[in-house]
Amino acid sequence: MTFELVLVLAAGLFSVGLFGALSQQSIVMIMMGIELMIGGVIVAAADFWHFLAPAAADGQVVIVVAVVAMAVEMAMGFAVTTALYRARQVDTTDMARELKG
Amino acid sequence: MVEAGRWWTVLLAPALLLAGALLAVAADTCAAAQHAGRRPSLGAVGRRLLEVPRLLTAQPRTLPAADRLLWRLGVLIVPAAAVLSVLVVPFGHRGVADLSVGLVWFNAMEVLTWAGLWLAGWGPNSVFSLVGGYRFVAQGLAYELPLMFALISAATGAQSLRLADIVAAQQGLWFVVWMPVGFLVHLAGVLAFAFLGPFAYPAGHDLAGGVLAEASGVDRLLLQAGRWLWLTAGAAMAVPLFLGGGNGPVLPAWAWSLLKTLAVLGLLVYGLRRVPVVRADRYVELAWVVLLPLTLVQVLAVALVVLVRQGG
Amino acid sequence: MEAVSLWGLGVVALACAVAVFACDSMARATFALLGSLVCVGGVVFVLGLPYLGVVTVLMMVMEMVVMAVFMVAYMMNPAGLMPMSMLHNKRGALGISAAVFASLTGAVFLVDWPQRRGSPPRDTTFQVGKALMGGQMLTMVVLGFVLLATMVAATVLALHRGRYDRLGDDLDRCPARDPAGGGVGR
Repeated sequence: MTFELVLVLAAGLFSVGLFGALSQQSIVMIMMGIELMIGGVIVAAADFWHFLAPAAADGQVVIVVAVVAMAVEMAMGFAVTTALYRARQVDTTDMARELKG
Repeated sequence: MVEAGRWWTVLLAPALLLAGALLAVAADTCAAAQHAGRRPSLGAVGRRLLEVPRLLTAQPRTLPAADRLLWRLGVLIVPAAAVLSVLVVPFGHRGVADLSVGLVWFNAMEVLTWAGLWLAGWGPNSVFSLVGGYRFVAQGLAYELPLMFALISAATGAQSLRLADIVAAQQGLWFVVWMPVGFLVHLAGVLAFAFLGPFAYPAGHDLAGGVLAEASGVDRLLLQAGRWLWLTAGAAMAVPLFLGGGNGPVLPAWAWSLLKTLAVLGLLVYGLRRVPVVRADRYVELAWVVLLPLTLVQVLAVALVVLVRQGG
Repeated sequence: MEAVSLWGLGVVALACAVAVFACDSMARATFALLGSLVCVGGVVFVLGLPYLGVVTVLMMVMEMVVMAVFMVAYMMNPAGLMPMSMLHNKRGALGISAAVFASLTGAVFLVDWPQRRGSPPRDTTFQVGKALMGGQMLTMVVLGFVLLATMVAATVLALHRGRYDRLGDDLDRCPARDPAGGGVGR
């Protein structure tokens, strides 16, 4: 039962993060949402490793990749925000519409 | 060799840490007196320690639109992280917890002070303390990477993140002998995360006390205690990492741990008033251009030694 | 014991996650996110991966402090002293995320999960290290390149001055003209 409940926790974190990423205007807040979603992925990976396949290292490798993804997302997100802010004094997605296809 | 202690060690470790911090404060008071040309006396030490009841009873300052929750949180995190960090440090042959990733635990707790001090700077809604918090973050970015590589060199030498294994690997030869760079960088890191002496920049006099500018009463006491607790915790950590832990002749292991910790602590307190305060932008240059490559070379050398030893 | 700590950490993680988007103060939102992610690290720790758990905590603290710095720099209302809504399409987002949560939870309970295979190794840190330096070497190499590319790209994006601004049209100005002193070759 613990296995399923931890997966529900992962789903909850992912969904809350998804809500933030979809509904927030500020780029910094959108990044917070994405961080939460990746946090959910980490929980799920640890859960799968512990309860399904502890003998294989793949679950742990997924966590390493997720943590790196978080770092990359932060760095690139802030770099883009800085570039955007410098060019247009803008920090929300709604005001950066030329990025829209 | 090192075993996890019984329940009372959970109380003993913070008590020892506190005693060490009080000794460091006393020594610093004597150093200050000597620095000012007075004779160090017990009276001066007593006056310094009278600050504790004074701060405990002082009326706290209230500020408009302060973020109380985050402020309290930050002020609490600094000393709490220091206490948590020593849970993995073996004292003699006994530690409170024998974590398999003790080294990383210590590092994580030390990084928690970043959050604590930034919050302590943010909370009061005051310019000087916020600038102090930012200064600590800048300083943190400077000292953290060399410090991490210094810790990694000890872990590489013992091929383990468990502090008990690191101590065991130093039987015969202390790591400080063949990892001098790591040891020195660790000492610099200790001063930096305790933001004392040359690294008192976040609480600088030029900033009306920086992160301490608005802290009063118990808040101020906790932050100041956090500094000295961290200094002691860092000194205690240097012993199992580089000075052979409880290894030594004649005396029991705990006595050696105690002696070595006090020696490192004395060295650190002596250094506090010998070096001028470094600005974070200056130190980041030194840290990233000089110290970081040096520690990397140190890790490489240690790795090569370990490989050659295994091969032979 | 394990179940109790997992419950506690999970509830706190979810509460902090909700608080991220419920706080007016951006500083509180950032540190609520930190609280949530520290609980994630705790869950990983409790599930038998001490190294990855503690490293997650370590990384998240550093990341969130850096995030707080940027947040204060860019947000119009970092302290939340003047509450205002910064949302768009709230209802749609709520609907989508609720649907995602419902379907994920449904899947969790409907899927016939396989039985546990094998038992955890004595040292899980050693397991991940060996995997990253052995069978998963390619993953590690790719991660290294990604991080390097990120460092270069982020610096290029964030800097607005190129070498001609620093060193002059003929690249012969010495020392370079920089807003702040220091650096190699000043």
